[in-house]
Amino acid sequence: MDISLYRRRRRRNWMAQFFSLAATLVGLGWLVLILAVLLWEGFGGVSSKVFTEMTPPPGSDGGLLNPILGSLIMTGLAVLIGTPVGILAGTYMAEYGRYARTTTVVRFINDILLSAPSIIVGLFIYEVMVAPMGHFSALAGAVALAVIVVPVVIRTTEDMLLLVPNPLREAAAALGMPRAYIIRHVAYRAAKAGIVTGVLLAIARISGETAPLLFTALNNQFWSTNLNAPMASLPAVIFQFALSPYAEWQKLAWTGALIITLAVLTLSIVARAVTASRRPS
Amino acid sequence: MADAALGQEVAEVAIPTRAQVLVRMRLADKAFQYLTHAMALGVLGLLGCIIIALFIGSLPALRTFGFDFLLTQRWNPVTDKFGALAPIYGTIVTSAIAMAIAVPIGLLVAMFLTELCPLWLRRPIAIAVELLAGIPSIIYGIWGLFVFAPFLQAHVQPLLIDVFGEVPILSSLFAGPPYGIGTLTAGLILAIMVLPFITSISRDVFEAVPAVLKESAYGLGCTTWEVFRNVVLPYTRVGVIGGIMLGLGRALGETMAVTFVIGNAHKIAPSILAPGTTISATIANEFTEAVGDLYTSSLIALGLILFAITLVVLALARYMLLRVERRLGA
Repeated sequence: MDISLYRRRRRRNWMAQFFSLAATLVGLGWLVLILAVLLWEGFGGVSSKVFTEMTPPPGSDGGLLNPILGSLIMTGLAVLIGTPVGILAGTYMAEYGRYARTTTVVRFINDILLSAPSIIVGLFIYEVMVAPMGHFSALAGAVALAVIVVPVVIRTTEDMLLLVPNPLREAAAALGMPRAYIIRHVAYRAAKAGIVTGVLLAIARISGETAPLLFTALNNQFWSTNLNAPMASLPAVIFQFALSPYAEWQKLAWTGALIITLAVLTLSIVARAVTASRRPS
Repeated sequence: MADAALGQEVAEVAIPTRAQVLVRMRLADKAFQYLTHAMALGVLGLLGCIIIALFIGSLPALRTFGFDFLLTQRWNPVTDKFGALAPIYGTIVTSAIAMAIAVPIGLLVAMFLTELCPLWLRRPIAIAVELLAGIPSIIYGIWGLFVFAPFLQAHVQPLLIDVFGEVPILSSLFAGPPYGIGTLTAGLILAIMVLPFITSISRDVFEAVPAVLKESAYGLGCTTWEVFRNVVLPYTRVGVIGGIMLGLGRALGETMAVTFVIGNAHKIAPSILAPGTTISATIANEFTEAVGDLYTSSLIALGLILFAITLVVLALARYMLLRVERRLGA
């Protein structure tokens, strides 16, 4: 037996394992570090003012009430527009067109849209909504976010409907139910938890999106619920405030970043819990 | 009497015949089917609309500058002369730095998760990685601006400049004053951002390797590293490349994290410590301030270029991942 070869192989193996462990520690440690800094800086600025006052002019105190409201309005509207479209399209792919060529193509394109740069969506909505209307508006922002919601919802809806066992559909068909009825009252019901998860993940995805809002909803220093006018949103305000030279604004940017991160993490964890509780082990 | 009246009323309500009910059901069924079909086709329409809208928007710039748009560096809003070379260069260089760092680390983390990690720890780490993949990019941006860039400026960049100052080629790569923000910083932030994507997809494909294959290799006396290098990696090659390309797609189009730390300078500097710009950062920084049709149109043309690049990368990525799925299904 060649001892030196054996030793060399062992050494190489040790090194690989060491680097593997080191990479994991560095990778995870890095990400934990980012979260730690975020918590530290963000909680430093949390006070009741954040949730009760408007964004301040430079050099004075204030809160984030109007961007929080704006984010909620636009996210809500985007989900209202995007979810039905996504669920219906996903339904076609999993039910009517399960074996159709269209479905393969749509799935491929949808997967691409799922990871396409979001700033492109902003440019697209600017071209088709903001430029013709002549002004920035919250509605355009919501539509831009809806364009991002649709692929996420399609993906999960299709996946979840495909998991519904066929005997359920066959049993319903044997009772004489029409196809649409089977889908709405049997398949949807069986896949409900999964579809809800998809919507939650979509909300998590869009609540931190900045790029599509920059030139659709723009930003607004003041309280506004007018859908036809520019509206503030948390990400856009963070962008503006973080790049400003004013300490108060930078502090608010950190706090806003903390609020978004906590919201996104909570949504993702809830989404996981919803699927985990329904999936038979 | 009351009973009779009631009977009469009931009789007057038209009870639909069996045929009518069936027709109504069939109509409702068809309507629902067409509705879902239309929505599915809408996805294709959406992609088409995006491409057409961007193309129409960028026509003035493309018509004015022609092919030169891709090949010139000048970017001057005052004289209305625009060229996309600097942002394209910045996009490619930042993504290259990001992939050079994130790919080896991501693969090693995935190897740890599938081969070395104790079983009870696998799920928590995997979930943590996936949660981190969902953190919005603006968070990475603000961290990069306030924490990472000052740190690089104070500690890492002077070191790089000192160490490589005398080495022929590397000295120009790491030249210049340590700004903190710049191409290298943007590349590093991107690396941190795409790491969770690469890790989670590689982990998925590594886990799909049949245990029999690995066990036979172990049975022959292979070490863990040899099994990973000679069995797992070759078996999952296509999937891993797909995952890497997916990460690359993210890195190319990433906007907010880069915009904060790139410095937005429209010139190609040989040093990666110098400020630069990327396509997405240029659009994010300048679009709302752009006055004049040509300026706006040039920015949209940049967007079109970015979309074209990412479409190709993402399509290749999806195609490769699809091949893996088919093989698993078969």
